[in-house]
Amino acid sequence: MSEPLLRIRDLTVDYATDRPVRAVDGVSLDIHPGEIVGLAGESGCGKSTLAYTITRLLQAPAEISGGSIEWRREDGGTTDILGLGGRELRAFRWQEISMVFQGAMNALNPVHRIGPQIEDVFLDHRAGLNKAERRERAAELLRTVGIPVDRLRSYPHELSGGMRQRVMIAMALALRPRLIIMDEPTTALDVVVQRNILEEIDRLRSEFGFAVLFITHDLGLLLEISDRVGVMLSGRLVEENTPHALLDGAGHDYTRHLLSSFPSLRGDTPITGTRYVDRGPATPREEARA
Amino acid sequence: MSFTQQELADPDLSGSEPDAGPPRTGFFRATGRATGRRRTSRGWKFWVGLAVCVFFAVVAIVAPFLVPNPNQSSPVGLQPPSAAHWFGTTNIGQDVFGQVVAGTSGSVVIGVVAGAITVVLSMIFGVGGAFLGGFWDNASSLVSNVFLVIPGLPLLIIVTDYVESRDIVVIAVVIALVSWAGAARVLRAQTLSVRSRDYVDAARVASESNWRIMLREILPNLMPIIASQFVFGALGAILAEAGLSFLGLGAPGGKSWGSILFFAQNAQAITLGAWWWFVPPGLCIAILGAALGLINFSIDERINPRLRTAAIAKRSRSSRPKGAAA
Amino acid sequence: MRYYLNKLGFYLIAAWIAITLNFLLPRLVKGSPVDVILAKTQGVAPMPPEARHALELQFGVSHDPLIVQYGQYLHNIFTGNFGLSVSYYPTPAIEVVMQALPWTLCLVGLATVISYVIGIVFGSWLGWRRGTWTDGILPASTFFSAIPYFWLALVLVYVFGSILHWFPVSGGYDLNITPGFTPEFIGSVLLYGILPAITIILASVSGQLLGTRNMMVSTMAEDYVVTARAKGLRPTRVFGSYAMRNALLPSVAGFAMSLGFIVNGSVVTESVFGYPGVGFTLLTAVQNNDYPLMQALFLIITLAVLGANLVVDLVYGFIDPRTRLAN
Repeated sequence: MSEPLLRIRDLTVDYATDRPVRAVDGVSLDIHPGEIVGLAGESGCGKSTLAYTITRLLQAPAEISGGSIEWRREDGGTTDILGLGGRELRAFRWQEISMVFQGAMNALNPVHRIGPQIEDVFLDHRAGLNKAERRERAAELLRTVGIPVDRLRSYPHELSGGMRQRVMIAMALALRPRLIIMDEPTTALDVVVQRNILEEIDRLRSEFGFAVLFITHDLGLLLEISDRVGVMLSGRLVEENTPHALLDGAGHDYTRHLLSSFPSLRGDTPITGTRYVDRGPATPREEARA
Repeated sequence: MSFTQQELADPDLSGSEPDAGPPRTGFFRATGRATGRRRTSRGWKFWVGLAVCVFFAVVAIVAPFLVPNPNQSSPVGLQPPSAAHWFGTTNIGQDVFGQVVAGTSGSVVIGVVAGAITVVLSMIFGVGGAFLGGFWDNASSLVSNVFLVIPGLPLLIIVTDYVESRDIVVIAVVIALVSWAGAARVLRAQTLSVRSRDYVDAARVASESNWRIMLREILPNLMPIIASQFVFGALGAILAEAGLSFLGLGAPGGKSWGSILFFAQNAQAITLGAWWWFVPPGLCIAILGAALGLINFSIDERINPRLRTAAIAKRSRSSRPKGAAA
Repeated sequence: MRYYLNKLGFYLIAAWIAITLNFLLPRLVKGSPVDVILAKTQGVAPMPPEARHALELQFGVSHDPLIVQYGQYLHNIFTGNFGLSVSYYPTPAIEVVMQALPWTLCLVGLATVISYVIGIVFGSWLGWRRGTWTDGILPASTFFSAIPYFWLALVLVYVFGSILHWFPVSGGYDLNITPGFTPEFIGSVLLYGILPAITIILASVSGQLLGTRNMMVSTMAEDYVVTARAKGLRPTRVFGSYAMRNALLPSVAGFAMSLGFIVNGSVVTESVFGYPGVGFTLLTAVQNNDYPLMQALFLIITLAVLGANLVVDLVYGFIDPRTRLAN
């Protein structure tokens, strides 16, 4: 396997509230060029916090207490993402790593048309383009995700949920990033649209070659589309493997718990409804990683 | 002077609804938690505001015993503050401190009575209309919007003049009649938002009667906003009454802070440099008003958690946090 | 389009209600205005019926059925006939109003604009810089927004007028100067207008500030602002196009209430400063039982406020594209 694109080592993020909360606990993860890495876990396990940390979008009271995130540039050198600041950070964002957020209902600016919202990344990242060129690129992006170009003049509220999500994906592709982080991109959509979007993402990935960090609580979905899957629990990454390996025999209790909670199509697996109790890092598999 | 701007927005237009927090059912449980303080460090606004209000309320009640004769004149007119007269004297030798204390009752009574009437009226039109929906909602909404746009003080001046009675309660009623519309609009917005939530639908499906739904599901969740509107109403009423009295249209006999200012103005207190006559009453109005405002602010923060000032950020100044970025 | 028609219709209804209220109120509460005047100014001997009749004619009091009177009233309104003012006899009431109106429009208009601009700009900045030392300004701002207009006016008069003698404390202009478009006169008008304007601005800016700050803080937590930051856009663009552009919408929507507060405040401020605007005139009218003038003033003030609100609502329809949603 080639050199990892993104290398997260022992990342720890705390929320410095009255009673401090450790949202991400010593997580280490590699993402290689062009692969889809899925990240599963229930609500509150820290996956979104992890995503936001990678692009440095965290705000007080969150703070990074330890660890490193390294990015391999196209020229071969590495960038320490946690050390970036100001203009460098802004230049880095969206150009190298972009994001698709959960529920595009609210992720698009309601008072501006779609066109300007796609074009403004060109304004701030590609100073050399003129108006016509920006317009053309935006149109091309919409075509790529299968949306009629006249929609550039629409407002977000005039589009359906599925269309809005496609616009978000188009926006994420604008600067040809090498990694796209998708945080629950299909959760708010109905299953048919979900299927379409997922196929779209796969097709675009083949065409443009970007890697994807796909975050969702839907483990089943990840097992279908990912090259590798990680499972998070209470801020720790408790398991990481290929879908095949996980289905054959998962190492960690929690993963087994998640996998066994799928109701069987044949109706022979009772839904037990037991709560999983997190007993902290215990399995040798996890300790070997440190 | 609008602290809850997001709630003033027309619910039909804005994208996001006001956040009322987790649903609370059960009337009594909710009223107990209506002001919900969880961390005292963040609740200082509420306690400071409440303390000041309680202080003034106590003074208002105790006033007749404390200063039995506020209008007692004496030969020493226009004296600056001294040991004998803490706030000095008026032009006919009345003790300004005594006047201010006595005036507290008038202002506080007005605030409470008008605030209460405002809340009742706004609940009828705002909550009632929104809950019943359809024609009733449109009608109530129209009425409240009309009253909202008709300028308040001119209307108040005219109605007060026509009504002629200068009884404090009558004035409170008139003030409430003129100013209920803003509260009605806020309550309507919140009721519409609550009404469309899932737990109300659940209650409907379970065939609960309208009244029960109103009482058990909707009202408890409106408590913070209703409390906030009462505070608003009281604040507005105190200011309105002060304005009316100042203009000479209020209750006669100097029973409120506004009327003290009226007499001061008439006696040319400013040109004569008698600052001790008009500064204390105005300060009292401002302080009580600010206290009410603080209470409202804290209710606002309770309703909309995003507003809480991030005092937490200060704690980690020692270790340079690497998380926060523009 | 439907939005605009709705708004227009609403304001027409509101105007009609205001007009009708203006008609009904005195009649409901007082009976004949002539009786009231007579009651207040009556001497020992009762007024002869001819004199009473003359007064009635003059004030447009008729003994026709209410609905006919209403018709007459409406006709009078649309021809601008409000009768003759009692306190400025024999000037027609409408003329008195029209003379006072420009003063108030300029004073209130300018003060409103200035306090809005300061409140919005400063409030947005406070919201943007939330969590830093700037939050300390909030309690002070809360305090200021609770100060009654007229008390502030008194304090300003005292400090700047009586003690420092920097500004004049009464009137709209130096009475020794003849009104006209001369620099002298205009300079005098500006000088006399400064203190009242400062009063109004100071008293209303805090409320606007707090409201805008809260809205800004709310907006900055929205997903589209996070997206904007993730896109690596420059801070001014995030602040302007994404945050502020959305945070200001409720301010515009709430303009009606803000304007209401300002109108209230200016009535009292004008009274303190003896500034010859409609507020001051309304008060003298009340003190003199000048019913024709009171009616005329109330109506003009109300229609002006309704007009301003209509304009702002139409503007809102323009700046928030979601209003064009077909319901």
